[in-house]
Amino acid sequence: MVSAAILAVLILAVLIGPFLWRVPIDEIDFSARLQGPSWAHPLGTDDLGQDLLARILYGGQISLAVGFAAMLVAVVLGVLVGAVAGMAGGKVDAALMWLTDLFLSLPELPILLLIIYLFRDALTAMVGPEMGVFILIVAVIGGFRWMPVARLVRAQFMSLREKEFVEAARALGASRLRLVWRHILPNALGPVIVAATIDIAAAIIAESTLSFLGLGFPPDIPTWGRLLYDAKDHLDFAPHWALFPGLAIFLTVLTINFVGDGLRDALDPRRVR
Amino acid sequence: MLQYLIRRLLIAIPSLLGISVVLFTVLALAPGDPFEELATNPAIPPEVRANLRASLGLDDPIHQRYFAWLFAMLRGEWGYSFVSRIPVDDLILQRLPTTVVVIGASQILALAIALPVGVLAAARPYSLFDQLANLFAFVGFSLPTFFTGLLFILLFSITLDWLPFVYRTNIEATGWRWWWEHIRQAIMPVMVLGLFQGASWTRFVRSAVLDVIRLDHVTTARAKGLPERRIITRHVVRNALIPVVTLVALQMPIVFGGAIVTEQIFRVPGIGSLLISAILANDTPVIMAVTFVFACLVVFFNLLADILYGFLDPRISYR
Repeated sequence: MVSAAILAVLILAVLIGPFLWRVPIDEIDFSARLQGPSWAHPLGTDDLGQDLLARILYGGQISLAVGFAAMLVAVVLGVLVGAVAGMAGGKVDAALMWLTDLFLSLPELPILLLIIYLFRDALTAMVGPEMGVFILIVAVIGGFRWMPVARLVRAQFMSLREKEFVEAARALGASRLRLVWRHILPNALGPVIVAATIDIAAAIIAESTLSFLGLGFPPDIPTWGRLLYDAKDHLDFAPHWALFPGLAIFLTVLTINFVGDGLRDALDPRRVR
Repeated sequence: MLQYLIRRLLIAIPSLLGISVVLFTVLALAPGDPFEELATNPAIPPEVRANLRASLGLDDPIHQRYFAWLFAMLRGEWGYSFVSRIPVDDLILQRLPTTVVVIGASQILALAIALPVGVLAAARPYSLFDQLANLFAFVGFSLPTFFTGLLFILLFSITLDWLPFVYRTNIEATGWRWWWEHIRQAIMPVMVLGLFQGASWTRFVRSAVLDVIRLDHVTTARAKGLPERRIITRHVVRNALIPVVTLVALQMPIVFGGAIVTEQIFRVPGIGSLLISAILANDTPVIMAVTFVFACLVVFFNLLADILYGFLDPRISYR
């Protein structure tokens, strides 16, 4: 509950904050370089005198957007693969599960880096630097996170499709698609929601990691990971520059994880409280 | 035992092949050309470039190129780094031991944290210790490795000035002093990785032990009057470790991701930082090879997990 409230505050701050705190993110002020927190700059400034609060709020929008979008990609892919495998059974199931296991044993970060290295320039040329990197990062992170969801959904489908109410619906002549959409899927969603919540946190960490390695968004877009990347060489005389974006990532991920855990307890009747 | 090993190895081959197909497809689908450098160089006439392409088989159909690439990899011909002109396999062999040592030490640290904390937390569920352990676990795996790394540098190197934050290979010292310097500079990377892993493993261990501790054979052991310590170590932990081993093996890709980040922060000269510098320098052969090595390591650890099952659970016989 507390964490849900903190998370809500964080999301609201990131969404509304830029309207209240109207300092531009790229206003360079050399007279205020690397300053600690003050009234003019509540979270201090970076090496170009740019206001960190404004940059963190802006970066938060990107980080959260990437998190949600990547989660959606992962959940849609996972539900699709899991549902097909769970309903079809037999050879299709075996093949899809082999694919899932294969993806599970791929080293995620090296392949993410590889794909971004290979495709970034082409996509950037097609849809512009910001959109290009956004699409690429969301697609790739989502594309490497669907496996747990697929396994969950498959397991749920396997047990649900033998249940009496599904049998009854089938006996009434419901089509296969209707069976899946109206009867099985809604009942399988509980664990998927939990997995989806945790996926948001994982996607935010993945995006920040890429940006931290200097391979995410271009330098003029201050995502939280990018801010840390820029700050890491100034740790000794401007620690606030690294601390605040790091804290933002930490708090967001921690509260999302707590909310996911709470949801798990709420949705899983077998767990004793 | 030997037969079981061979069978597991044979099962690992298709997944390695699958990974190589994925890697090759990514490379083949990618826009851009390994000859971009030559193409923009006005000193090289187009015919020469075309001949070079033909001699390197770049115009062959894709499946033919895949098999050519695969056989070259199998024969150990991994190509040369574009940047340093050193054979890629030499470059990787130079760097691999550091990575393996750092990852290995951090996994041992993670295990040393997760096992006792997880078991104790599960032995008294919902006690104060359990809640503290739970909080620690959540904080631990919500702190991304790159942020913990920076925090550690800030605390131990800059504020307290205890530990060096740049990893050096050329330490001019011998004997004990050499070891001491190496251990000192490895402490922070190992701690960062180990704490992160330990935190998530603690939760695995706790829930696995909770599942086992309610089973009938544990009640029987209690009824026999066995001391609690013996029940926990012999009857509970051993059974609880089986699902934990699975989860740990599944976490391996994440461990390597964390290793890349930590190596980058502390400038540890391992294959993770090799990968990053290769990407920044557009050094394609090195990038491909390092990614493939990471994939092989993941498959290897899955194999290790399979073998561990046999030790933990005699019911899974080495058939």
